[in-house]
Amino acid sequence: MKLLTHNLLTSHVRGVGPRGFPLRLQATEVRINPVEFNPEFVARMIPKVEWAALLEAADTLHLVEVPKGPTEGYERDEQFLRKMHHVLLEVDVLEGTLQCPESGRLFPISRGIPNMLLNDEETET
Amino acid sequence: MAFRGRRPEHGGPPELFYDENEARKYVRNSRMIDIQTKMAGRALELLYLPEGQPCYLLDVGCGSGLSGDYLSDEGHYWVGIDISPAMLDAALDRDTEGDVLLGDMGQGIPFKPGSFDGCISISAVQWLCNANKKSDNPAKRLYCFFSSLYSVLARGARAVLQLYPENSEQLELITTQAMKAGFTGGVVVDYPNSAKAKKFYLCLLSGPSSFLPKGLSDQKDGDEERESAFTKERVPHRAARRGMVRKSRDWVLEKKERRRRQGKEVRPDTQYTGRKRKPYF
Repeated sequence: MKLLTHNLLTSHVRGVGPRGFPLRLQATEVRINPVEFNPEFVARMIPKVEWAALLEAADTLHLVEVPKGPTEGYERDEQFLRKMHHVLLEVDVLEGTLQCPESGRLFPISRGIPNMLLNDEETET
Repeated sequence: MAFRGRRPEHGGPPELFYDENEARKYVRNSRMIDIQTKMAGRALELLYLPEGQPCYLLDVGCGSGLSGDYLSDEGHYWVGIDISPAMLDAALDRDTEGDVLLGDMGQGIPFKPGSFDGCISISAVQWLCNANKKSDNPAKRLYCFFSSLYSVLARGARAVLQLYPENSEQLELITTQAMKAGFTGGVVVDYPNSAKAKKFYLCLLSGPSSFLPKGLSDQKDGDEERESAFTKERVPHRAARRGMVRKSRDWVLEKKERRRRQGKEVRPDTQYTGRKRKPYF
């Protein structure tokens, strides 16, 4: 699971709503995947990124060289875009858990696939 | 898929239907791969994404990542969600570029509002229409899916969902819940006159109403000309032959023309066509 996905993932447990974000990440196995750099895509995703959540996740994974926020004119700053590309798209969490901040519910990550299945009590029925 | 017998949804829930055997078909069977890829291509076409821009897309019911790979090839980035662990294992083996999640679309799409530039789904949404557990209410699950989908799409983004509705009531149930969730749009039908080639695409727009794309049809595509078009064009043909004298040259020419229209092999018309023959008897 890439950090970009983690940054957009929320908990959809019943009653949680917007407080279900961000999911607290715990990782036991991480892999770095080289991915082709596409500056246009990275620049377009920057406004969607939730920086506090990203920095917290990067901290948990002990990543270095993570920008603290979007700089002025980031669309043209290739250095900045490359760093963001690495953080968002190249870091792959293989094993770990995601925790809903409101309900405390754990979503396990196995082989890079987060299990977001809810049981009956948790769905909005 | 043209299932000759029962529909797979009647046999049980999707996570059981899509087991290792079924997953293997999606990886090995070239016909299956071909059909799924074609549908993914058409769905992407109907999404009308801005030209040349890499987008962040959602693939609902991504399965083994066939449609996702098509999105990657077109330069987009995607996230897939699927309920079957066996199919997702196949996706891992195929090393897809997008992330995949194990999840139930009827429980909602667990993403932040405005995350995606678009959404596609190939042959998945009809599974929501059958209740597999006593607690399942198809209408509620459909509404939960559509309302969360509406939320996670960016404003003005589209969703193109290819599906196999069992009947018109099912299609209406699905479209009603989609409209309730705030979507505008409609159903685009490709090749409506062909039983095998007919495909339904539910095209939804999360914004003010705009145009609905036209479905592909037989008349334009040369390959599908096998079906007869039910028009009034036959009447002039019959009237044309009625006035003629039998066995005259005109009658022979008209008959040859008729056989050509039927698609049969006919000798070309020459100066000798329908000429007076020597009496044999």
